[in-house]
Amino acid sequence: MSRLTIWLILGTTLTFLIGPFLIVIFAGASAGETLTFPPQGLSLKWYAKVFTVESFRDSFALSMFLAIFGTLTALLIGIPAAYALNRYNLPGAEAIRTIVAAPIIVPGIIVGLALLRYFVVPLDVTITMALFVTHTALVLPYAVRVVSSSLNNLRADMEEAAVILGCTRFQAFVKVVLPNIRGGILAAFILGFVTSFNEVPASLFLSGPGVRTLPIDMLSYMEITFDPSVAALSALLAFMSVAIVFVAERLLGFSRYV
Amino acid sequence: MSNAYVSLTGLTLSYGQTVAVPELNLDIRKGELIALLGPSGCGKTTTMRAIAGLLAPTSGKIMIDGADVTRTPANKRGIGLVFQSYALFPHLSAFENVAFGLRLQKQPDAQVRAKTEAGMATVGLTGFETRKPSEMSGGQQQRLALARSLVMEPKVLLLDEPLSNLDARLRLEMRNELQRVQKDTGITMVFVTHDQSEALALADRVVLMKDGKIEQLGTPAELYAEPSTAFAANFMGFENIFRLEGADLVSDHGRLPFGTEAAVPLLAWRPGGVAVGKGPHVGRVIASSFAGDHREYVIDSPLGQIKADASIDLPEVLLGQQVAFDLPQATARHLAA
Repeated sequence: MSRLTIWLILGTTLTFLIGPFLIVIFAGASAGETLTFPPQGLSLKWYAKVFTVESFRDSFALSMFLAIFGTLTALLIGIPAAYALNRYNLPGAEAIRTIVAAPIIVPGIIVGLALLRYFVVPLDVTITMALFVTHTALVLPYAVRVVSSSLNNLRADMEEAAVILGCTRFQAFVKVVLPNIRGGILAAFILGFVTSFNEVPASLFLSGPGVRTLPIDMLSYMEITFDPSVAALSALLAFMSVAIVFVAERLLGFSRYV
Repeated sequence: MSNAYVSLTGLTLSYGQTVAVPELNLDIRKGELIALLGPSGCGKTTTMRAIAGLLAPTSGKIMIDGADVTRTPANKRGIGLVFQSYALFPHLSAFENVAFGLRLQKQPDAQVRAKTEAGMATVGLTGFETRKPSEMSGGQQQRLALARSLVMEPKVLLLDEPLSNLDARLRLEMRNELQRVQKDTGITMVFVTHDQSEALALADRVVLMKDGKIEQLGTPAELYAEPSTAFAANFMGFENIFRLEGADLVSDHGRLPFGTEAAVPLLAWRPGGVAVGKGPHVGRVIASSFAGDHREYVIDSPLGQIKADASIDLPEVLLGQQVAFDLPQATARHLAA
């Protein structure tokens, strides 16, 4: 292949990947009143307006809450689960692994519908609680998988060495295992956070009056108002994600774990 | 029994349904350096793990320093273990690796510092305090693991294949190091190895194991000169072992006249005990290698392959040539089984 062809393929791929992102950034920076591309003049007023929309503030807070605490809860369950699957020869470990992975495999729209029909309605669970449980479940597979892979790289005799030196099994886990899978845990947190924050299909079924996650809120905002503030908000969220991943990569080579 | 410091009585160790070690009895004296020697799967590592408390015995008793520790958990047993892989903590500096156990005991900081520095000095690692294990060589990691165990002043120090991950030069260095440490501290040591030369060179007594049982127990000199079974003899370098039927030596391949009868069923010769160049028997040389002060031959004989070492002073026998040899009565080791 000639150099020209290679550059052409590379350029096309990059345009395909980055193009939509650029369109959103500029569409949000429009001076006009409607969402158009190319923008009609440039201004940052829509970026400023995002912060004044009350429902955005509420749903952003809810999404943040779900992403942070849902992921932490998933890690709280996922780390011991990964540890048990990794270290003990459990009967049916393969089956457990498959079940744990199910939320990734099953389409979110089915998860949402099923949860609404058989969990939220019969048990009369609050919307926030339902969202919390759902997000935790959806993030759990990432927690188990990513933590498992860093546990795989950690030899079991290190824990035995800690026990011989006087640790209880639990102390050995805290003092020796946890510090050595720190990177994997942080990677799992970031993956989980992003997954939860961007989740749409399942959350769609579980949003009620006044309680919605940010992506759902943005969808419904667009149904009524077609101004560039949604594009501005999208661009801000994209920057936030990039910043998180960038910092993580800088701090501990995030890409090694994913 | 009275002078036993570590005593294993009727120790049975199993993995699920598989019995790895049945009914083992072993007494170890205080300050002794014992080698558990045997091929892989002979139960030596399993026995060591049981002494450490990492494996609960199915039945039997483990006594250390007069106390029954059979049910004492590993973290309360006061035993040191140097793992084959060293099992150092990669997130901690060399200093913190050594200080790990002392800190767990909540010893005062000054004491932890003093003991850790002394421990690192003992193994010649002064100046390496801030290094991470990954920044140290294999030999240094080994010594760090040793220091980490020694600072705990364990009643017994267990070592799992302590020399197997080192190259030949380091192995010799580490061997001397272990002997020196043992002399200096007077600590009771049990080390596991599959290498007979290592066991013979280091240990006060060698426990040769096979299929979870003690095949023979004795000083290196005893084991080397007087192995009592075919397995022990083979492990100690008696590579030519044949059955005695009447006055004939017999193998699966054939027979040769031996001349006299004996009251034992088996006779064994080291390669050095086989006479080459003269004797009543004839074979063909099928392999030959130069080993400095002698030549190592493999001779194809009516009994099958015979390994024989010949002095370098004798004329070399070329591959494929016929050679006279003898299995002399004088160098034969009589084996009961």
